Amino acid sequence: MTRHARSALAAAAFAILGGLAPLAAHAEWGNVNMTVGVTELSKEIHSLHMTIFWWCVAIGVFVFGWMIWSLVAFRKSQGAKPDTTMTHSTKAEIIWTVIPVVILVIMAIPAARTLMAIEDTRNTEISIKVTGYQWKWHYDYLGEDVKFFSSLARASDEARQLKSGVNPESVENYLLDVDNPLVVPEDTKVRVLLTAQDVIHAWWVPAFGMKKDAIPGNVNELWFKVEKGKTGLYRGQCAELCGRDHGFMPIVVKVVTKDEYRAWLAAQKPGAAAPADTTSEPAADAAPTVAALPAAPRG
Amino acid sequence: MANTATHDHAHDHHDHKPHGLKRWLFATNHKDIGTMYLVFACAMFFMGGAMALVIRAELFQPGLQFVDPGFFNSMTTMHALLMIFGAVMPAWTGLANWMVPMQVGAPDMALPRLNNFSFWLLPFAFTLLLLTLFVPGGAPAGGWTLYPPLSLQAGDSFPLTIFAIHLMGISSILGAINVVVTILNMRAPGMGLLNMPLFCWTWLITAYLLIAVMPVLAGAVTMLLTDYFFGTSFFAASGGGDPVMFQHIFWFFGHPEVYILILPAFGVVSEIIPTFSRKPLFGYESMVYASASIAFLSFIVWAHHMFTVGMPLAGQLFFMLSTMLIAVPTGVKVFNWCATMWKGSISFETPMLFSIAFLFLFTIGGFSGLMLAIVPADFQYHDSYFVVAHFHYVLVPGAVFAIMAGVYYWLPKWSGRMYNEKVGKLHFWLSTIGVNVLFFPQHFLGLAGMPRRIPDYSTQFADWNMVSSIGAFIFGFSQLLFVYVIWSAVRSGEKAADRPWEGAHGLEWELPTPAPYHSWETPPSRAVISQGAMH
Repeated sequence: MTRHARSALAAAAFAILGGLAPLAAHAEWGNVNMTVGVTELSKEIHSLHMTIFWWCVAIGVFVFGWMIWSLVAFRKSQGAKPDTTMTHSTKAEIIWTVIPVVILVIMAIPAARTLMAIEDTRNTEISIKVTGYQWKWHYDYLGEDVKFFSSLARASDEARQLKSGVNPESVENYLLDVDNPLVVPEDTKVRVLLTAQDVIHAWWVPAFGMKKDAIPGNVNELWFKVEKGKTGLYRGQCAELCGRDHGFMPIVVKVVTKDEYRAWLAAQKPGAAAPADTTSEPAADAAPTVAALPAAPRG
Repeated sequence: MANTATHDHAHDHHDHKPHGLKRWLFATNHKDIGTMYLVFACAMFFMGGAMALVIRAELFQPGLQFVDPGFFNSMTTMHALLMIFGAVMPAWTGLANWMVPMQVGAPDMALPRLNNFSFWLLPFAFTLLLLTLFVPGGAPAGGWTLYPPLSLQAGDSFPLTIFAIHLMGISSILGAINVVVTILNMRAPGMGLLNMPLFCWTWLITAYLLIAVMPVLAGAVTMLLTDYFFGTSFFAASGGGDPVMFQHIFWFFGHPEVYILILPAFGVVSEIIPTFSRKPLFGYESMVYASASIAFLSFIVWAHHMFTVGMPLAGQLFFMLSTMLIAVPTGVKVFNWCATMWKGSISFETPMLFSIAFLFLFTIGGFSGLMLAIVPADFQYHDSYFVVAHFHYVLVPGAVFAIMAGVYYWLPKWSGRMYNEKVGKLHFWLSTIGVNVLFFPQHFLGLAGMPRRIPDYSTQFADWNMVSSIGAFIFGFSQLLFVYVIWSAVRSGEKAADRPWEGAHGLEWELPTPAPYHSWETPPSRAVISQGAMH
């Protein structure tokens, strides 16, 4: 490398380090991998992700090693003489076609098995219809007459306005908090039926491992079963561009014990006395009626 | 060299070219048109890049500091349209214009007037597209994929966008026809298809892909247009249509489109690596077959862009397996490039540096592509920043680096002058460091759960977003060096030799430097062809 280039490189490196210095106080640098999640499926997905990742690392070590070896060992500046007779080798071509095929087959088998488990929506215990709106979610506990909207929490909504002057760091769960979370019991196979009122949205809670599009005129389904003992709040976001406020329609799922769920559900039903709401705001059971589904589920 | 200098036509070194504006407006010469394509692509690259910097500036910190979320969505949409249709595709057509006739031993492209028309459609197309920034409702903001119903919520920009896309499509199809006809009909006697340089091969395959899929895009956007204005409901559920059908049609265009962007890059790299390894390309024929296989596979993998729309299990399995298969021919290519460098005599001029970076970083994009093919894992990756990292790795240090490598490589032949190697290398290092600081952290962001196309994010994503934005500014501003290095070379570079790279083979290097206005008025002799094609 020339001296000129070297000093420019050093300058660039300092620029980067200088930019990073104020960030040292943050604690999110380790946030670099997929979450393991709290469902059996999310764990399987995570292990598939890690398996394919390590395969890529192994192939990468081999391929990049080969490249680096060539670049170092066969430098003209070190007097390397080219071997111009080396132009093709059928044997080599066969080897580097067959080995990748074998690796792909090894990967495809567990992936197909997990995929079949994901698509197995039999024996679900609770069904919740989730409807995407610009820009909020509507939850409808089918057969229970409990339904409500779930939108971005007020504190986040104020802070996220253009030049609001509010430091997002001062808002708890900035952009990942809602007024009315979805409440589901632990250790229960929950089926989510997804559709949308206006444009396509996508419902994604990373800890559950699943993401699926909510499409007007279609009903998609996904399921999750949160492991026993994993109660708590799980957060996600809309994952399909749905217009101006696509970034501002989070998903919060509150996982509770089965008893708590039963009590919560009873309190939500119309006519129940003084709803023992789990959130700070009153239950939104006065939410407008959801428009009927425009079409039957797609085959 | 000798053959062109000694022909018997007295007039053939007079260029007969019109001067001034007319030379460019009425251009029929492949070199003039090639130059216009490249300059146009460069202008669009900077415009699209400026939009990317608006995006990265807004994402530098959590909270909304600079732009309205609606305008942010316009920026992501326009950035993609400009970069794909305005920068990368025209740059490839420009390189094809310059190099295909020179490499196959032809005096010009087969259809020069069509060539003029296909170029001059582009400024009009992009004027229409850029005008949308100033119309009521703003520029299109539904993503470059134009998914309905969202894309139908656009304001006055809608018809402008659709017509711009139609013009770009016509331009691409005409350019592709020109390449096919030139390659199939204008090769010098004695140059068989399997004697062609790989750049011609990958462009021939690319041209067929273009002819096959641009009409599909035209169909899709025309259906959007009639849904918007004429009350049809191809994609409106309320009228019995299906929004998912649009995605299928769009990606049937969209996946081959991905290879339209990258196949010529394979060609350029396959020219440059042998030159600077001073060794013939390893496995030439398997490279041709691998390119053709990739092109074929590109037609049967489209639904991997939409695994989350809810497909039947059999469909998901099919598209997972077909997508994984792409790794095989792509792997063959990477291994062949490695084998080309093995036992070579390697030197590190700027075109070679960009090609080596291509090799490493495109492979990283290939790895994340393989990960994305695993459907269950894709349910986590889909529409997250992991995808953004993946396709930028294959498009920026993939396609864009290959274009730059090609420009550095052939600039001496075009202009007759050498670029400044020091500045070229500085440009290379800043670009390579910038591009990795920019895109590598986006893998982390996606895995940690950050969706793409959001103008603001939760504070847990703040750190890596800031790093990514710093990389964006390093990468973006270092591209000014690229313009500088070309400008100063053309203006005042050292005179270049006929064969400025000692290891270079191919008919273009048998021409004098700078290449004469009409390359091969007399076809090169078989001796020259076999001297040029050294594999």
